[in-house]
Amino acid sequence: MKITELFERGEFVVTAEVGPPKGCHIENLLEEAKTYLSGITAVNVTDNQSSVMRLGSLATCKALKDEGLTPIFQITCRDRNRIALQSDLLSAVMLGIENVLLLTGDHTKLGDHPQAKPVFDLDSVSLLHTAKLLESGVDLGGNQLVGEPPKFAKGAVVSPCSDSVDAQLAKMERKVAAGADYFQTQAVYEPEKFIKFMEKAKQFGKPVQLGIVIPKSAGMAKYMNDNVAGIHVPQEMLDELRADKEKTKAGITGVEIAARIIKECKPYCQGVHIMALGWESKVPALLEQAGI
Amino acid sequence: MLITELKSKETIFSLVDGKKAFIINCHGCREVYFPLEEAAQLQEELHANGSVTGILTTDYICNPDNLKVRLEGHKAEIDAADVVLVFSCGVGVQTVASYLEDKKVCACCDTSRLPGFQGVTPLEYDCGQCGECYLNLTGGICPITACSKSLVNGQCGGSKNGKCEVDPNMDCGWERIYRRLEKIGRLDALKCPTQIRNFATDQEVAK
Repeated sequence: MKITELFERGEFVVTAEVGPPKGCHIENLLEEAKTYLSGITAVNVTDNQSSVMRLGSLATCKALKDEGLTPIFQITCRDRNRIALQSDLLSAVMLGIENVLLLTGDHTKLGDHPQAKPVFDLDSVSLLHTAKLLESGVDLGGNQLVGEPPKFAKGAVVSPCSDSVDAQLAKMERKVAAGADYFQTQAVYEPEKFIKFMEKAKQFGKPVQLGIVIPKSAGMAKYMNDNVAGIHVPQEMLDELRADKEKTKAGITGVEIAARIIKECKPYCQGVHIMALGWESKVPALLEQAGI
Repeated sequence: MLITELKSKETIFSLVDGKKAFIINCHGCREVYFPLEEAAQLQEELHANGSVTGILTTDYICNPDNLKVRLEGHKAEIDAADVVLVFSCGVGVQTVASYLEDKKVCACCDTSRLPGFQGVTPLEYDCGQCGECYLNLTGGICPITACSKSLVNGQCGGSKNGKCEVDPNMDCGWERIYRRLEKIGRLDALKCPTQIRNFATDQEVAK
């Protein structure tokens, strides 16, 4: 099932995200996904997230699919040149994985192998263009594919609360022109900024899923403010997280905040994408509180 | 060392687009190959069309102080021009674009690498000598050297407070490009077709 079919039917699409482990055992990941995420539309699998080496995204997608979930294959340009990127896209379709999310990727210097050579032969825009080209039965070198061409639901990302939001909108427009079918956003903590962004982004006519990271603590929120691009947790939320440490530690405060953001933004977007970062068990409660 | 090769005649004429151009040739680095005859011939054709307000042939425009001195006396010609065409390596184009910050400044050459000594140490600007100059799409700021990922289709999501995710002391190159394009009224350059780098022109990769 392609996620784009649901957007076309006007459904509010809920996805979440899992990160493969650093190792070759995924029993825990599969168990958690089955327990907490089987009720939602699809599950993104990150691709060596934050440039930290882990089990592969595509292999994890296949394992999730075998368990009856719908995976979204995240693929970045950091570790593969155009030959490997196209090859992995074809491999995904061969495995029955048509939902993809195409990203540039973090720089290698941010991860646990800062000595690695960053590739960036293509970037998110040219990778979208390449996936679209493959759908027409031709590869980036101009060569014909054998047999029926692949079909993807081509996702992309955008950062609506970025301090350079106009540059982000310009990039979003290029992604649409290159073939993006839908967007997932960076985590949003400022609904008014997101709504303003959506007023401008709706001209592109592509579905947008609101990005949500459940805040686990005031320390985590402050860390994101200082270090993570495109994220700003306002002071009143920091205070809320600080107010009752036990309640925050139990995840109650974070879920309340996240549910509030979803409710406020829901009329302006076409879905929500939850990056639980290990708090997958909180996803069902969050969706319930948000009224989804 | 480096080689500067002319962009195609169609490309250069399309940069002028029937308007007025001021031309700067840089013959600074003696060890650098520069297509003297082809450039002169092309500039004569532009001149015959009545498109040229003035031609300055000089040296070491990569040095901002030197550039400033060399451009003295050409102010009226530059003011009368809609576009400034620069026939030099990528550093020269960026220095001119920075100095004439309100002008449309265009690169007429692609710069490729040659092993060996490079004539002039780049000061504020750098040229990746990639053989496929992007400066005409980016307001005269090189995305290959100004962006830590050398992205050619716009800003990634890693910029925070205008700084790069890799180095908090480094400005985000695409933020700089966006601001420059905004300033010179050329944000439409961001609507260009998807750019895909050709590493076959990059001597670092192709050798």
